[in-house]
Amino acid sequence: MAGKGIRIERLRKRYGAGDTAVDALKDVNMQVAAGEVVGLIGPSGSGKSTLLKCLGAVIEPSAGRMVLGDEVIYDDGWKIGDLRTLRRDKIGFIFQAPYLIPFLDVVDNVALLPMLAGRSNTESRHLALELLEALGVAHRARGMPSQLSGGEQQRVSIARALVNRPPVILADEPTAPLDGERALGVIRILNHMARQYQTAIIVVTHDEKIIPTFKRIYHIRDGRTEEEVGQGVAFE
Amino acid sequence: MINLAGRDILHAWGKFVFTGVGLGLLIGVTLTMAGVYRGMVDDARVLLDNSAADLWVVQKDTLGPYAEPSSLYDDVYRGILGMPGVARAANVTYFTMQVRQGTRDVRTMVVGVVPGGPGEPGQPGYLVAGRRIARSHYEAVADVVTGFRLGERIQIRRDYYTVIGLTRRMVSSNGDPMVFIPLKDAQEAQFLKDNDAILQQRRRTLANPALNRPGVPGLAEAVIASQAKNPYVNAVLVQVKPGHLPQEVAERISRWKRLQVYTRAQMDAILVGKLIATSARQIGMFLVILAIVSAAIVAFIIYTLTLGKIREIAVLKLIGTKNRTIAGMILQQALGLGAIGFAVGKVAATFWAPVFPKYVLLEPGDAVLGFFAVMAICVLASLVAIRAALQVDPAEAIGG
Repeated sequence: MAGKGIRIERLRKRYGAGDTAVDALKDVNMQVAAGEVVGLIGPSGSGKSTLLKCLGAVIEPSAGRMVLGDEVIYDDGWKIGDLRTLRRDKIGFIFQAPYLIPFLDVVDNVALLPMLAGRSNTESRHLALELLEALGVAHRARGMPSQLSGGEQQRVSIARALVNRPPVILADEPTAPLDGERALGVIRILNHMARQYQTAIIVVTHDEKIIPTFKRIYHIRDGRTEEEVGQGVAFE
Repeated sequence: MINLAGRDILHAWGKFVFTGVGLGLLIGVTLTMAGVYRGMVDDARVLLDNSAADLWVVQKDTLGPYAEPSSLYDDVYRGILGMPGVARAANVTYFTMQVRQGTRDVRTMVVGVVPGGPGEPGQPGYLVAGRRIARSHYEAVADVVTGFRLGERIQIRRDYYTVIGLTRRMVSSNGDPMVFIPLKDAQEAQFLKDNDAILQQRRRTLANPALNRPGVPGLAEAVIASQAKNPYVNAVLVQVKPGHLPQEVAERISRWKRLQVYTRAQMDAILVGKLIATSARQIGMFLVILAIVSAAIVAFIIYTLTLGKIREIAVLKLIGTKNRTIAGMILQQALGLGAIGFAVGKVAATFWAPVFPKYVLLEPGDAVLGFFAVMAICVLASLVAIRAALQVDPAEAIGG
């Protein structure tokens, strides 16, 4: 269930050792509250991907602390046991391309996560259909991903990220393949869903069109983050 | 939980089915090779069964009459008939030759048998048409595989024979269909010389002072008569009386007649263990190579299919799918491919086996063994793809 968002303190990530060691993240601090959508922007090589992988429990930080909801995930070398289950139940992912499973229909693409978590097929599909309905793609529930437009596919991937009601969703360039209106539409949906499901959403982006929509933005440069108040342009 | 492998197969069923058909044809060839071996063994055993003999009496120190040449005087059987435990004994000759019928000829094993009723050693066990050989000359019973028909005239050497009966599954250990003719005709045909050779031999005999003595009238004629006649047969087939052990009767004949005697089990060992052993090893090598090729193809196909899904596998791992689920998906696909391949192979082998010139025996036991072998090969072949899938980093789904 969604909770208190995500908090990281003094997060560090070092690749390699000795003379060839590279510090990709240097004492990164970040906090995103439940129901909030923040932007994470920075140039190539600044450490965005590394930070995203640490937040997504795909790689382990070298040091620092990460708290997801009420649960401590990393704490200076200590980590919780099962990162795979953590990713499944507590972190949602939205990718640059939707990366839907091509051999599953739309509803099962979304329902797969609760099924993996042990819920029954019926219950999982019911949850999936609810979200597809909320995202306006329920009419394509029985279609295959290849039959959907780019915008529809991205909405299905948002539904997939939300279906287990994770406390945090990591969106990696979610609007990159979309034109202006559709990109804003996706951000509108993310804001709506963040509020409705009390989920913290971190959007990594280069997209100039959507940057003004964030109320808070984290800039990452040379492995360090700086917080900035965004314009928070209203949609409605 | 939905079956990911099944959904993937259904999604790309065309690719899967066509790949399975290709693999199936290879499996069909493998099953057929096994069938060819079984057919050879069966041919050998049919030959023994159809001889209706318990013992084969042949020339001393030979593996005759099938594996090595064997020559016995044709009156040896009389002495054997008088021995304790012998119910029936009959001469038999075997020789392979092209039998002509009209403008065509057929490769056959010509068997010279003593005319008689059912159960006579050497006689075909049953007929599918016509009657048995009742006369001492110029009648023939042919296997249906020869293509001969009742009433047709066939030529063996210089003589013509009328086909008066047809039989089935009477073949040599090489798979050549048999043609049965009367023993005396067969003895003559086996050693028949052309006219020029006979004239030359007569002239040489008459010119030999030792064989054409003026003081011994009729000697030269007697020698010439003996030269023109073939008193040899290849074997004597013996049936043992009830209550007697073939091994004991064989030892008795061997001891008192100083001949080689084989029981059914020994003859089986000669045919299967010696006569067709090299062919069997050859087929065994083919089977091993085909199994390796099949494994390589399945491994390559499954590996390629898996590489085509690397991004999906990365996403599945990122969203928390267990390694076991991903490995299971690949394994099920490999097994599915194997199952399709086996079904296609079995059907293909069943349809094309009768077209083969030699007998192909597809045994259900071999099919079951083949199925499990294919499944085992698929499991082994999927390991490479599973290893590749498990090495996929879930981070590949995220940006860099």
